[in-house]
Amino acid sequence: MKRALISIASVALLSSATLVAQTMQINGAGATFPYPIYSKWFAEYNKLHPNVQINYQSIGSGGGIQQVTSQTVFFGATDGPMTDEQLKAAPGPLMHFPTVLGAVVPVYNIPGFSGELKFTGRLLADIYLGKVKKWNDPAIAQLNAGAKLPATDITVVHRSEGSGTTYIWVDYLSKVAPDFKQRVGVSTSVNWPLGVGGKGNEGVSGLVSQTPGAIGYVELIYALQNKISFGTVQNAAGDFVRASLESVTAAAAGAAANMPADFRVSITNAPGAKAYPISSFTWILLYQDPKDKAQGKTMVDFMKWALSDGQKYCAALGYAPLPPSVVKLGMTALGKIKL
Amino acid sequence: MNGIARRQALSWLFVGFCGLSVLVALVPLAFILFFVLSQGLQALNLGFFTHMPTPVGEPGGGMANAIVGTLILIGLGSMFAVPVGIMCGVYLSEYAGTRFASLVRFAADTLNGVPSIVIGVFAYGVAVLPFRQFSALAGGFALGVMMIPIVARTTEELLLLVPATMREGALALGATHARAVFTVVLPSALPGIVTGVMLALARIAGETAPLLFTAFSNRFFTTKLNQPIASLTVQVYTYAISPYADWHRQAWAGALVLVSIVALCSVLARVATRRLERMHAR
Amino acid sequence: MLKSRILHRAQTMDGFRLGTGVFAFFLVLIVATLGWELWRQSLLSLQKFGFGFWVTETWDPVAGRFGALPFIWGTLYSSILALLLATPVAIGIAVFISELCPARLKQPLIFLTELLAAIPSIVYGLWGIFVLVPAVRALQVATPSALRQLPLFSGPPLGVGMLSAGVILAIMIVPFTSSVAREVLKSVPAAQREAAYALGATRLEAIRAALFYARTGIVGAVMLGFGRALGETMAVTMVIGNSPQVSWSLFAPQYTMAAVLANEFTEAANPLYLNALIEIGLFLFIITLAVNSLSRLLIWRMGRIGKEVVTLPAPAEAAA
Repeated sequence: MKRALISIASVALLSSATLVAQTMQINGAGATFPYPIYSKWFAEYNKLHPNVQINYQSIGSGGGIQQVTSQTVFFGATDGPMTDEQLKAAPGPLMHFPTVLGAVVPVYNIPGFSGELKFTGRLLADIYLGKVKKWNDPAIAQLNAGAKLPATDITVVHRSEGSGTTYIWVDYLSKVAPDFKQRVGVSTSVNWPLGVGGKGNEGVSGLVSQTPGAIGYVELIYALQNKISFGTVQNAAGDFVRASLESVTAAAAGAAANMPADFRVSITNAPGAKAYPISSFTWILLYQDPKDKAQGKTMVDFMKWALSDGQKYCAALGYAPLPPSVVKLGMTALGKIKL
Repeated sequence: MNGIARRQALSWLFVGFCGLSVLVALVPLAFILFFVLSQGLQALNLGFFTHMPTPVGEPGGGMANAIVGTLILIGLGSMFAVPVGIMCGVYLSEYAGTRFASLVRFAADTLNGVPSIVIGVFAYGVAVLPFRQFSALAGGFALGVMMIPIVARTTEELLLLVPATMREGALALGATHARAVFTVVLPSALPGIVTGVMLALARIAGETAPLLFTAFSNRFFTTKLNQPIASLTVQVYTYAISPYADWHRQAWAGALVLVSIVALCSVLARVATRRLERMHAR
Repeated sequence: MLKSRILHRAQTMDGFRLGTGVFAFFLVLIVATLGWELWRQSLLSLQKFGFGFWVTETWDPVAGRFGALPFIWGTLYSSILALLLATPVAIGIAVFISELCPARLKQPLIFLTELLAAIPSIVYGLWGIFVLVPAVRALQVATPSALRQLPLFSGPPLGVGMLSAGVILAIMIVPFTSSVAREVLKSVPAAQREAAYALGATRLEAIRAALFYARTGIVGAVMLGFGRALGETMAVTMVIGNSPQVSWSLFAPQYTMAAVLANEFTEAANPLYLNALIEIGLFLFIITLAVNSLSRLLIWRMGRIGKEVVTLPAPAEAAA
């Protein structure tokens, strides 16, 4: 009996060892902005290729950039494109690959009010600069006639760590408010004049939904999945646009035509009547000459899948698929990776 | 009120205050345990123990990989820390008067007091960066570093409690120093040492900060030691600060499992102590 | 002198001493490497900012201006607040268990207080987010507005903030302070109390005499709790609001040294940022080292005074 148990155990161990030995694990880290769609993609890809496990940790775009630069992860993910300085600091040339389009929305939790508020970039900048302090401020009432807003203090919520979502948000606000640009600046990690820090899109959503009077900025899907109210934002053409697939795609339309070779482009405050002004691409960072060729090949295969079949999962999660011209450019760029 | 009555009254007030402080301390304890039990039990089901995490926003899924991960990490940590710690403890008790021993003792007590986040930063620099890899081994290293001083000091104190006559008797019978210590002195202190190790295990099972930059996390099930690995503590943290109600429920369930592991280690410690003491009494 | 010492060492060295000594040396090596690495990797920041690092309020990764004042402030404020809340309770418990309670209750009470120490910090944090923070928020809303004008109570009702952090830390350090205080009280010679009773003292007065006698050790116990509070990371970062600002308000979100390390370490993209963070880690290391050493010294002296060995409950001593 004992011998039988031992032999069964050793067979099980050996077979699991061989199965484990064949599994390829690729580690990546970065943005929380696309985390919902990435986790869906990696799960689906794992179903198609059971021996490929792509482990992605959403630690923020700043973390993604830093860890991929230190090469402790194979790929990074960010919604704030790397600066020239950061690219120079990397041990090899890093390439940006756009994956999806997303929107950053202003979410709020106003006691007694569950409707949709209209915001302008100027108003959002003033709130985040601390100039507008209460929900019943005339600046808000002016845009939202008829809305019954209480005299509650506005609690500003931002990201506590380096974030591409922050980058998109401050990029937009700096374009529409020069004083914001001067005081805060554009980066993944800024010196906020005021407010509470939440960790990740998840943390900000959590804080806003639990704090009456709070305002924050999160990727659209976080607002949708957690049923948090979010407002419309006035775009460059003067219309108040709600974030959606159509409005985000409209924002990317212009950029698709003039895409730079390294894909680093900002589409905030895009021209066009239906464009949502706080839209952005999000990128995956891969080394052009990866050390581990097997992982590199798998990752390129994954990217090709993501840019083609993967795009059909976008709509359900509130992300806009890439314009076809961008997909074509992306596929060509993937060919540049030395395998 | 005359003097004596006033002093008596004050005395009773003081006694009341002391009793009250006991209640004040026990109330949060009861509160916390109540929440962990009630919220955790609600979310605990078989799927929790057998499923992996689902994609973000999809309900269901479990923490199977995190539970296994925690067990692997504390296993690695103790494999590293127990031999090192016991040997250190032996050295400290055998050569207790020397200056080097005082230095070692100081080092152990220092390490014991270092905040676990600093240990995490250290382990990142030593076990992650040079290898360019987050791994279960790095996590085990960080946890092991935290365990060593506890095991060392416990071993030292227990060995010092063993009557000198045992060691001297063994030496008188011609045993080498090593033999005397390892076959006579150490076994008699074993119950206490086992208790110390289990209590150290209980403590590191609950650590989060040192794992953040070493074991990282992994949404897949893995037993590979050179890859990132999920752990109950990091998983509970990630879920707790998220906005998803389903993840919050799982976080409570994870907390319940964690508290159970810690409780189990403590109970095992006491059981082992009593068993071994009985064995030695024979 | 040295030659004879080396000779003596060479003569008494044997396999056993060498074998176990290697491990002991390894332990010292780990601690030395820890200190060294912390020092080496904060040099850039040390050189650039010098002492100004500790008194500058701005923490601006974009502009490369780093000042750790908000974190020191937050750490000290939360730890001292925790001390103020926890010390009376901890000493009360220690006195109750060692002097006042019936013998049957002693073991169960000791077990229960040590249970508090065994709960992992992340579970405290979880409870903090979902139970304590809403409670503090409700407390804030219920505070009369006259009181809310004072700087101590100002700020919007977030729930997360200094008070939540202080309360959680207090709960976490009670078991450490109380178990050491209990040990210290045990070491007070019975003669002290008996003398007090013989002179007609009430219980309070006798206990006061014992406490006075043990004051060195009690201070040591309090400092131990303080050292523990200084280094606590997870429970604090989940309830303190993570906002680098210096504020007197109990309700304002603030930041501690340990929390900023946990949140920003993985993304410190440029060397100066990383060095600034590690300098904070170095400071945390030094300050906990100092506090813990002082605490152990005081407890040891107490042991010497009481002529009994007072041992720290090493396995229960946790500094998560």
